[in-house]
Amino acid sequence: MSVASQDNAMKTGRAARVFIYVFLLVFALFYLLPFFIMLVNSVKPLSEITGGNMIALPQVWTLEPWLGAWSTAQIGVEPTGLRPYFWNSIKMVVPAVVICTAIGALNGYILTKWRFRGDTLIFGLMLFSCFIPFQIVLIPMARILGILEISGTTTGLVLVHVVYGIGFSTLYFRNYYAAFPTELVRAAQIDGAGFFQIFYRILMPSSGPITVVCVIWLFTNIWNDFLFGASFASGGAAPMTVALNNLVNSSTGVREYNVHFAGAIMAALPTLLVYIVAGRYFVRGLMAGSVKG
Amino acid sequence: MARVTKWFIREEIMNKIVKRTLMASTCVFIAGSAVAESEVEVLHWWTSGGEAAALNVLKEDLSGQGVGWTDMPVAGGGGSDAMTVLRARVTAGDPPTAVQMLGFAIQDWAGEGALADLNKLAEDQNWDEVVPAALQGFSKHDGNWVAAPVNVHSTNWVWANTAIMAELGLEQPADWDGFVAAMQTAQDAGYVGLAHGGQAWQDATIFDSIAMGVGGPKFYQAAFIDLDPDALGGDQMIEAFKRMETLRGFVDDNFSGRDWNLASAMVANEEALFQIMGDWAKGEFINAGQTAGEEFQCFRVPGSEGTVTFNSDQFAMFSVTDTTAQDAQMTMASSVMSPEFQVAFNTVKGSVPARTDISDAEFDACGQLGMAQLAEAAANGGLFGSMAHGHANNPSVQNAMYDVITAHFNGEYDAETAASEMVTAVELAQ
Amino acid sequence: MAVDTSVDLRTRLQNWLPKIVLAPSFALVLIFVYGFILFTVYLSFTDSRMLPSYGLVGWENYSKLFRIREWDVAIKNLAIFASLYIVICTLIGLFLAIFLDQKIRGEGVLRPIFLYPMALSFIVTGTAWKWFLDPGIGIENTMHLWGWESFEFGWIKDRNMAIYTIVIAAVWQTSGFVMAMFLAGLRGIDTEILKAAQMDGASNWQMYRRIIIPQLRPAFLSAFVILCHLAIKSYDLVIALTGGGPGNATAVPATFMYSYTFTRNQMGIGASSAVIMLMTIAAIMVPYLYAELREKKG
Repeated sequence: MSVASQDNAMKTGRAARVFIYVFLLVFALFYLLPFFIMLVNSVKPLSEITGGNMIALPQVWTLEPWLGAWSTAQIGVEPTGLRPYFWNSIKMVVPAVVICTAIGALNGYILTKWRFRGDTLIFGLMLFSCFIPFQIVLIPMARILGILEISGTTTGLVLVHVVYGIGFSTLYFRNYYAAFPTELVRAAQIDGAGFFQIFYRILMPSSGPITVVCVIWLFTNIWNDFLFGASFASGGAAPMTVALNNLVNSSTGVREYNVHFAGAIMAALPTLLVYIVAGRYFVRGLMAGSVKG
Repeated sequence: MARVTKWFIREEIMNKIVKRTLMASTCVFIAGSAVAESEVEVLHWWTSGGEAAALNVLKEDLSGQGVGWTDMPVAGGGGSDAMTVLRARVTAGDPPTAVQMLGFAIQDWAGEGALADLNKLAEDQNWDEVVPAALQGFSKHDGNWVAAPVNVHSTNWVWANTAIMAELGLEQPADWDGFVAAMQTAQDAGYVGLAHGGQAWQDATIFDSIAMGVGGPKFYQAAFIDLDPDALGGDQMIEAFKRMETLRGFVDDNFSGRDWNLASAMVANEEALFQIMGDWAKGEFINAGQTAGEEFQCFRVPGSEGTVTFNSDQFAMFSVTDTTAQDAQMTMASSVMSPEFQVAFNTVKGSVPARTDISDAEFDACGQLGMAQLAEAAANGGLFGSMAHGHANNPSVQNAMYDVITAHFNGEYDAETAASEMVTAVELAQ
Repeated sequence: MAVDTSVDLRTRLQNWLPKIVLAPSFALVLIFVYGFILFTVYLSFTDSRMLPSYGLVGWENYSKLFRIREWDVAIKNLAIFASLYIVICTLIGLFLAIFLDQKIRGEGVLRPIFLYPMALSFIVTGTAWKWFLDPGIGIENTMHLWGWESFEFGWIKDRNMAIYTIVIAAVWQTSGFVMAMFLAGLRGIDTEILKAAQMDGASNWQMYRRIIIPQLRPAFLSAFVILCHLAIKSYDLVIALTGGGPGNATAVPATFMYSYTFTRNQMGIGASSAVIMLMTIAAIMVPYLYAELREKKG
C-alpha cells in the first residue's frame, strides 16, 4: 500500500518529460500565487502596499503586522489580537473532530459488519445529510441550542459540528470497512469476542489511513467554518475565523491590509500544518478506501 | 401579544419533546449559563481601529460606574452579519443586552416586542428636546423610546481634492452642471473625475443624493419613504437615473467591487477629483495626515444643499427580566446620550452628535459644517433617513432598490427601464 | 436453565448493541437534518419575515420567487458555475494525477503544493484573490509593470465574465484535492494488467484510454459527488470575491437564500429558495445514491 510502490509510469521520450515537468511547475505556481501574495504583503509596511506592486518583494521588511495581528489588533473593543480566539478554535475543533471520528468509525463498523434490515436506507439518509445547505439550519438550530442552554458556548458549537460531520465520517469509515474481510469478524465472533472487543482488537488497529483522511477533512471544515461560529458562539467563545472576519471586514474604518494578511495566514496555519504533515498519508488513506466507493 | 412571545409559547410543547429526545440521544454536558452581574453584553460591528477606540470610550465610562462590558463584535456586510447573529441569539432565547442597530431594524425588533422601554430615562434627561425629530422617528416606537442614538452620519457629501481643484482653477460647484463640468475638466486633465467603488451600497449612496438633488424633499419622501409608484416610475426618477449615467462616464474603468476607502484614497492621493460618500470617509483623509478644509474639502452633493440624508447608529436594549441587568442597560443608555461621549465618539468617527445642543468646538471644519447643516435641515424639514443606508424603508425594499440601481449603473438597464423596474422590484419586496 | 437464559440475554444484547450504538447518530441526523428540512418546507408556505411566523400563505412565496429577476440570474449562474467547475476540476485533477504518477522527482514537494488550497477558507484567501483578479492592482497591473502593455484581464469587473473568475478561484481550491483522489485511484490499479497490455504493444494513449481511465470509475464518482456538493454550497467564495457583483451578476442560489432570509427579512421567500435548492440536490443525489447502494447489495 505504499504510495510509491506502484508503477504506472509511461515509457516516455525526453520531450514528453520536459512537457510534464513544465505542466506541473506551471500549476504549482498557480497554486502558490495567492499564498505568495498574502505572505509578501504581510511583511510590508502599509504605505508600500497602497502605493506599490502587489507581488513585489518588500523594500522594508517588517514583522510589525504579524505581532499586531497576533496580540494587539483590534478585534472588538479591546485590542487583543487573534491570540485568545486561537485557543477558542482549538477548544472547539479538537473535541468535535475526536467525537465525530469516533462516531463515524463505530457507524461504519456497524453498517458493514453488523448489517440489518434497512441499514442501507439509514446510510443513504446519513449520506444525503452532507448536502444540506447550512444557511437553512441557523434559526432552528439556534432554537434547539437555546433549549439545551448551550447557546453561545463552545459546547454548543461542538455539538453543531459533530452533527453535521457525522455524514462524512460515516461515509469514509463505511467505505473503508466495506473492504475489510468480514470473515475475520465472524471468526472473532465465534471465538466469543463481543461487539466492542472486535472493534478495538480487529478493526481499529488497521484504521490508520482512513482516520487520517477523516481527521483532515473534519479538521479543515470545522476550523474554517464561519457561519456557525459567528451565529452560535460570538463574543468570548468566538473561533478564529470569526475574529479574523472582524479584523478584515470592518465596515467604515481604515484597512490595514498587511495586518489582515498576517492574521489570515495565522488563521490558516493549523490547517496548513495538518495538510503538510499528514498530507503524505492522505493519498494513501484515500487509496485505501474512500475512492473505491 | 408580541410575536416573539407567541412563537416561544407555541413551540413549548414541541420543545419539550425535542429536548427529551436530545437529552436522551446525546451526552452533551451542559455549561452553566452566565450569572447576571452588573454588566452589559454589547453586540456591535465597530471593529476597525478608530471605531473600536471610540467605543472604548464608552466602555471605560461604564466601568467607572461599575458596569462590566462583555464584548460581542461581529463585523461584515455593514452590520448585516451582526443582525443574523442577533436573530440566532434571540431565537435561542438569549439576546445580548445591548445591540448596535440601524434604522428599520430598531422598528422591526420593537414591533416584535423585544426591546426595553427607555422612556423614564429619556424623560429625566429630556431626550425629546435635544434629539432631532427625524431621528426620533427611528429611536421611538409607538411613542416610546427604545434606542439611544450615538451619532448622525450624513450621506450626501462630496469629498474633493484641494490640490487638483487649485491646479485646474475649479471652485466648489454650485449646481449639477457645474459639478459635471468640473469632473469633465479633471478628466480632460488626466485625473479621474469621480472616485467610486462599484458595490451595491455605494451605487445606492450616490443615487440617494442624486435623487434628492433632482426631485428635492417632496420627491424623496414620495419615492423612497411612501413608495408611491408614480414617483418611483416617474420622470424625476428617470432623470435621476440619467444623471447616474452621466456619473458613470466619470468613474475609472476599474471601479467595480472597489472598497469605498480605496476610492477615498484616490482622492487623497491626487488621483481623483471627487468622491460622493458619507462622512465616515473623513477618517481616511485624516488617517492620510490631511486636514479638513486644507488638503481636502467637503460640500453637499449639488442640488441637495439644505437637505441632509442621514443614517444613525443607535444602541437598542433588549428587554430582560433581571433587574441588575436592567440597571446596567439604563446606565449604558445614559452614558451613550451624555454630551461627553457624544463628542468623544463622533470626533473620532467622523459623524456628528445625535443631539443638537452640543458645542462644535472640538470638531474640525467638516464636522462643524455638518453640525450646522444638520441643525438647519432638522429645523426646515430637510432631514431625511437615507434610502441607501436603510433609513427610508425596510431592508427588503432597500435591497430591492439596490438591485435595480446597481444593475442600471452596471449597464443592464437604460434609465426608462430602470424606473419601471424600480416599481416592480418594490412591489415584489412589499 | 439459568446459564441458558444468560447466554440468551447476552446474544440478544449483542444483536441489539449495534442498533443501540447507531441510534444516537441516526436520531441526531433525523432531527438536525430532516427535521430542519421539514421546518424549512413549512416556513416556505408561511408569511415569515424577520422571525419565523406561522400564518400560511399557500404558494405565494414560490410564485414571488420566480418573478424575482435575481433568482433567474442565480440559477443560471449556478448552472454555468457548477458545470464548468466540475468539468475543469476533474480534467485538471486527472491530468495532474497522471503526470504526477510518472515517477516525478520532487513529487513529495509538489503534492502538498497542489493540495494546500483545500486547507484554506475563502475568508483567508478572499482578499488575496480579489487583489489578484483586480485589473488595477492585480495580475493585469503586474504584467503592465513588467512591460506586457497589452495584457488584459478585467473579468471580475465585467458582468458577463465575472462568474468565470469565481470558477477560476473555485478550481484553484479543489482541483488539487481531486488530483489526490485520482492519484489514489491510479496507485490502486493492478500493475499486472498494465504490464500485459504493454507486452501486447499498446501505446501509452491506448493504455490510459482503454485500461487505466475506465478503472478510475469509482474515483470519478466520488469526485463528482464532492464537487457537486461544493458547487451547490458555494457561498463564502462568492461573497469573498465579488459579493455577488458587479451588479447582481454573480449571485448564486446560496447567496440569494442568505440575502433574502437574513438581510432582507423575507424569510418565507428565502425558505422557498432553499426548498428549490434541496430539491435540485435531491434530484442529482438520490439516483446516484440509489444506484451506488443497490450495487453494493447485489
